[in-house]
Amino acid sequence: MSHYEQESDAPYADTAPGDDHFDEDETAEGVGSYLVGLGLATLLTIVSFFISGTTLVWGPSIPVALAVLAIAQMGVHLVFFLHITTSPDNVNNVMALAFGVLIVFLLIAGSLWIMAHLNHNMMPMDQIMQMQR
Amino acid sequence: MSAFEAAAGRDDGWRDRQPMAAHAAHGQVSKRIIVGYGFWIFLLSDIVMFSAFFASYAVLVGQTAGGPSGRELFDLRNTAIQTACLLLSSFACGLASIGAQTRRGSWFYGAMAATFVLGAAFVGLEAREFAGLVARGAGPTRSAFLSAFFTLVGCHGLHVTAGLLWLLTMMAQVFAKGYRADILRRMLCFSLFWHTLDIIWVALFTVVYLMGAGQ
Repeated sequence: MSHYEQESDAPYADTAPGDDHFDEDETAEGVGSYLVGLGLATLLTIVSFFISGTTLVWGPSIPVALAVLAIAQMGVHLVFFLHITTSPDNVNNVMALAFGVLIVFLLIAGSLWIMAHLNHNMMPMDQIMQMQR
Repeated sequence: MSAFEAAAGRDDGWRDRQPMAAHAAHGQVSKRIIVGYGFWIFLLSDIVMFSAFFASYAVLVGQTAGGPSGRELFDLRNTAIQTACLLLSSFACGLASIGAQTRRGSWFYGAMAATFVLGAAFVGLEAREFAGLVARGAGPTRSAFLSAFFTLVGCHGLHVTAGLLWLLTMMAQVFAKGYRADILRRMLCFSLFWHTLDIIWVALFTVVYLMGAGQ
């Protein structure tokens, strides 16, 4: 296979993840998109670090707030850095992402669920030690 | 895609606005799209692997075996600097991919160098943190919590280190071979990899450091 394949400029119905089609004169637009992403991500990060140490909000709500902020920041990264968007030419990328998210959810939630039940049903460790004597 | 659309009965003129006929007629999709999509699948599988480490960390986070917990160990100032390094590095990588696509040498090399320096600073800070923990007797052998911590964070650090080597390779390849289509495809994969590492770091600093220090 030749290393000099022609990459046609014709518009395609699919977009590679990470690709934001732009020409020479749209460079400013591309940089602007990354700048918006950087700004939003910085803001969310600062809020995350601030909230983790604050006493201004009700304590038990802090982990929930942190999780929400982290998921929001991941969304910002996906849209502005990886260019995974909701446009029709990105459907395949989004479907793959959705499947990945499903597996991640099953793995993490399933592990925590099973291990919590195991802990709950297991005899306290000192009693097990006594039985072994 | 078209079969799915037909099966779902979603023929609402959506396709007519799309220039799909252009390549559907020839049965060809740009190689850049295929490579990018395949690499995206790999990255998702990498994320699934990380999720297993996250799950084991979450299960073991309380098992400190009488040793130190995250609250006593984590230095959030260090984590904040690491986060800033990796975020700016991700941004610089985005600039580098624009530089590569528009074939502007100084832009590409400058942004790639910035990406490398910031990424190396991240790895350096993490190595220093790990060395400090081991020196305090809180190494990976101390407790199940610390084993899970070193596995999870260390695996991410190894990914970043591998990414740094890949980054240098990309600079050398662009220098030696120019902005060829195949080199630009590798650059696309590299930038996807680098941005994905930053996404994993977001989950990592939230779950491990911020939630760990707040407990």
